[in-house]
Amino acid sequence: MNSHSSLARSQNAELWQPKRNLSKWSEQAVKYIFATFALISVATTLGIVFTLIFETFEFFQEVSIFRFLTETQWTPLFTNAKFGIWVLVSATLMTSFIAVFVALPVGLLAAICLSEYASPGLRRWLKPILEILAGVPSVVYGYFALLFVTPILQSFIPGLKTFNALSAGLVMGISILPLVASLSEDAIYAVPQSLRQGSYALGTTKRETITGVVLPAALSGIVASFVLSVSRAVGETMIVTVAAGANPTLTLDPRVPVQTMTAFIVQVSLGDAPATSLAFKTIFAVGMMLFLMTFILNVFSFWFVRRFQEKYE
Amino acid sequence: MTNIANPTMISDSQPHLQEPALKMEGVSIFYGSTPAIREVYLDIPAHQITAFIGPSGCGKSTVLRCFNRTNDLIPGAKVTGNVFFRGVNLYSKKVDPVEVRRRIGMVFQKPNPFPKSIYENIAFGARINGYQGDMDQLVENSLRRAAIWDEVKDKLKDSGLSLSGGQQQRLCIARAIAIQPEVILMDEPCSALDPISTLRIEELMQELKEQYTIVIVTHNMQQASRVSDKTAFFNAEATEQGGKLGFLVEYDDTVNIFTNPKQDFTRDYVSGRFG
Ligand SMILES: Nc1ncnc2c1ncn2[C@@H]1O[C@H](COP(=O)(O)OP(=O)(O)OP(=O)(O)O)[C@@H](O)[C@H]1O
Ligand SMILES: [Mg+2]
Repeated sequence: MNSHSSLARSQNAELWQPKRNLSKWSEQAVKYIFATFALISVATTLGIVFTLIFETFEFFQEVSIFRFLTETQWTPLFTNAKFGIWVLVSATLMTSFIAVFVALPVGLLAAICLSEYASPGLRRWLKPILEILAGVPSVVYGYFALLFVTPILQSFIPGLKTFNALSAGLVMGISILPLVASLSEDAIYAVPQSLRQGSYALGTTKRETITGVVLPAALSGIVASFVLSVSRAVGETMIVTVAAGANPTLTLDPRVPVQTMTAFIVQVSLGDAPATSLAFKTIFAVGMMLFLMTFILNVFSFWFVRRFQEKYE
Repeated sequence: MTNIANPTMISDSQPHLQEPALKMEGVSIFYGSTPAIREVYLDIPAHQITAFIGPSGCGKSTVLRCFNRTNDLIPGAKVTGNVFFRGVNLYSKKVDPVEVRRRIGMVFQKPNPFPKSIYENIAFGARINGYQGDMDQLVENSLRRAAIWDEVKDKLKDSGLSLSGGQQQRLCIARAIAIQPEVILMDEPCSALDPISTLRIEELMQELKEQYTIVIVTHNMQQASRVSDKTAFFNAEATEQGGKLGFLVEYDDTVNIFTNPKQDFTRDYVSGRFG
């Protein structure tokens, strides 16, 4: 007993025998096991970032940053190679913008509807369905865009090519919509009921309560869902590879084939570029650019949430 | 305005009270199919403080919520009978619950300031209700009336949640009076507060009753006897389904309830004696 603690129990001491000797040991062990796992994930991330930086550095030994940022063509695999990254960036931005344009408003409205207007029974059904939809493999969406959406769009949009940014962007929007809706819904639903009651008690309508109290209180969660979905759109690969084409063009016309940054990475990866070749290093330079874009987005959202968040706890 | 010759009000000694602010006529309230309150008849006089007391679960909050139709917000809750506010039936089809809540404000048991600035907490309701006057003035006045102005005047931009519990509750009272309702319903407003904050809120209620009709739910017998003019004692009886059905036991001037109640159970309850 004295091994447990120096504060001796006076009454019924024999009834209280915690197995502290064993548990002290296991507590230490658990701590180290968790620390190991935490380290593994940190180390992996660092490794990825380090490789990115290293290979990107190698790339810029051969191609100047100036060319990278100012050339207007992207033909790294040609003999007369051009490395104008904006060609890929513009395509990525265009498809992402179209996707976000669909997913954010519709997703947010769906979330509001689900959380505030749907009956509890309906919500219990729709919520898991949304989450299942979020898990549909994106290659399925890619062919859905190419084989279903594009032909429909072609019937009323003149000049729409078989591969185009528009239908890829629209379908990408649909594919990330469940994510936006589900995460925003979580954030909105988590706003305490007492805040809604406080608002109603001031003579506000349901809509005024939602826009004036609930949404501002849920802002950080909503922005987080937006950022995650924009990152998804920027990094989305299969849909744009399948439906937007592989034709690097510097254009903002959503009707023609383009090549996004991710689609380019797929293209090179599918070929057999040797690990020391310039083409191989190009992947990393493009990857670095993608990384920077999502990083900036995250920094911005971090700032935004800090600035406008209404903490309710 | 048809209730001038109301027999229950004649015994009132105060001269300015001819018409009850709120009047319940045979009100029963149900949650789903389970009745929670049966057949309440009750007149709440204007410009007075009416206290609801009774054991936990007897339906005081439920009755209070039927005055500003917040029961409507609870799925499955149903009110039968009539509730009149200045002679208008609150549950008639023509009445908009949003307008009811604008005229009959509410302060909740747990302080629930919005996660906005102190200023916005007050301005929010006024702005939504289309207040055209000077907003700064309204905010200051409301905070002054709720006896919290001095504590917050230098930090109106801070979050309402940065205040202590007692200050938050006074902020909520300020928020309620900012939209200039006619009645203020308070559901155990002091249950989370220390005696000093409680005292301040009680003093505040005394000032507010000049302009507002106040209904307060409380478990604190001293509070009820200190602040209220009238007291309604509710109790609940077990039903066959195993639930509890609340009803009004006795309603009278507070003095009578506490010194000379008609029912023995009331006497036992207010004096803390049971059995
Ligand atoms: N939202 C609700 N849904 C279903 N039943 C409810 C709901 N709110 C209250 N009830 C039931 O109605 C009855 C009265 O509850 P109420 O909250 O009005 O009691 P109360 O007198 O305010 O109690 P307390 O003093 O503990 O606050 C209780 O039996 C309770 O279970
Ligand atoms: Mg209650």
